[in-house]
Amino acid sequence: MFNKIYDWIDDRIDINPIWRDIADHEVPEHVNPGYHFSAFVYCFGGLTFFLVVIQILSGMFLTMYYVPDIVNAWHSVYYLQNDVAAGMIVRGMHHWGASLTVVMMFLHTLRVFFTGAYKAPRELNWVVGVLLFAVILGLAFTGYLLPWDMKALFATRVGLDIAESVPFVGEWIKTLLAGDATIIGAQTLTRFFAIHVFFLPAALFILLALHFIMIRKQGISGPL
Amino acid sequence: MTQRVTRRQFLNYALMGTGSFMVAGITLPMARFAIDPLFAAGADGDFIQTSIRMDEITDEPVKVDFTFEQKDGWYESEVSDFAWVYRDGDNIIAFSPVCKHLGCTVTWGGDTSNPDMFFCPCHNGYYTKDGNNVPGTPPRGPLDQFEVADSDGYLALGALGANKLVG
Repeated sequence: MFNKIYDWIDDRIDINPIWRDIADHEVPEHVNPGYHFSAFVYCFGGLTFFLVVIQILSGMFLTMYYVPDIVNAWHSVYYLQNDVAAGMIVRGMHHWGASLTVVMMFLHTLRVFFTGAYKAPRELNWVVGVLLFAVILGLAFTGYLLPWDMKALFATRVGLDIAESVPFVGEWIKTLLAGDATIIGAQTLTRFFAIHVFFLPAALFILLALHFIMIRKQGISGPL
Repeated sequence: MTQRVTRRQFLNYALMGTGSFMVAGITLPMARFAIDPLFAAGADGDFIQTSIRMDEITDEPVKVDFTFEQKDGWYESEVSDFAWVYRDGDNIIAFSPVCKHLGCTVTWGGDTSNPDMFFCPCHNGYYTKDGNNVPGTPPRGPLDQFEVADSDGYLALGALGANKLVG
């Protein structure tokens, strides 16, 4: 049955080479934990991606209940966590996964740094990785405000103070993030929501694509 | 002397010009839309009348509550806030209670062993009575100060600005 469907599609658009190119490739011995257990450090990048996929999926489902409105945001989060079946699990995935993503990404960065994998000819991929680091931190920061509780409000106040301390353009950055020069309120929440759910994920997808295309093109760096 | 424009050049320019125009037509409205808060008119410096009489104010800082109508985009609400107010000779001093470290709320004499200081309990920040932050404690600057006015014998608070006592 599935073979027939596969063959039918393959006859027409020749998908064999497409998935071979994506999935069928050698894993060098020095990055395979089956040969050298210490090679598990080479899994950190893949684990970060796995967590990012969980974040994207759980986040998509959270928006089925969440509203970015200062009157209702907290209540919608309370409702989806306590009244919706499995709400605690889905929100928990997004909540804990967010911290884990940052941690895994940091470990991945350390692995790349200490194995010298950023060196020529892979400098460009390091640059993309640093941009990814910034995007993930941006996602973590903007997501923190969305439950609109006291912790969210005060953490954002501190974060905006930090943004404001940038020389010369700090106040503009703060106003653009908060949507108002002084108030952290309705416009801040909608802006953070837009950034968290549309702008940064868009940047994330593009950068991730570049990251993966480059690693496939250049291959994994050699053993130490 | 005349510079001949080839057919290819002409078509290139025409295509690039049209393309740029279309790109600008799409992106400029969105960019202006996104940066609108930078051009929003600042809050007007209206004075807000409080319920404390000018002659009630002593040289001991007291908490003076006030409420005002806040317009946050489409959301209008009644917001309550307060100031630390005291008399310094002929001047009325009104400080914002927002700590200049991480934005907690400072209290006058909140630390019993330093009764003549503003104290922030979050990370043990201290300010002297003139709002100056005590060196070696977390705050990064002096407390912000309200403009004050006399409104029919009652204290009115104006715009919040930098501390004028410490400079």
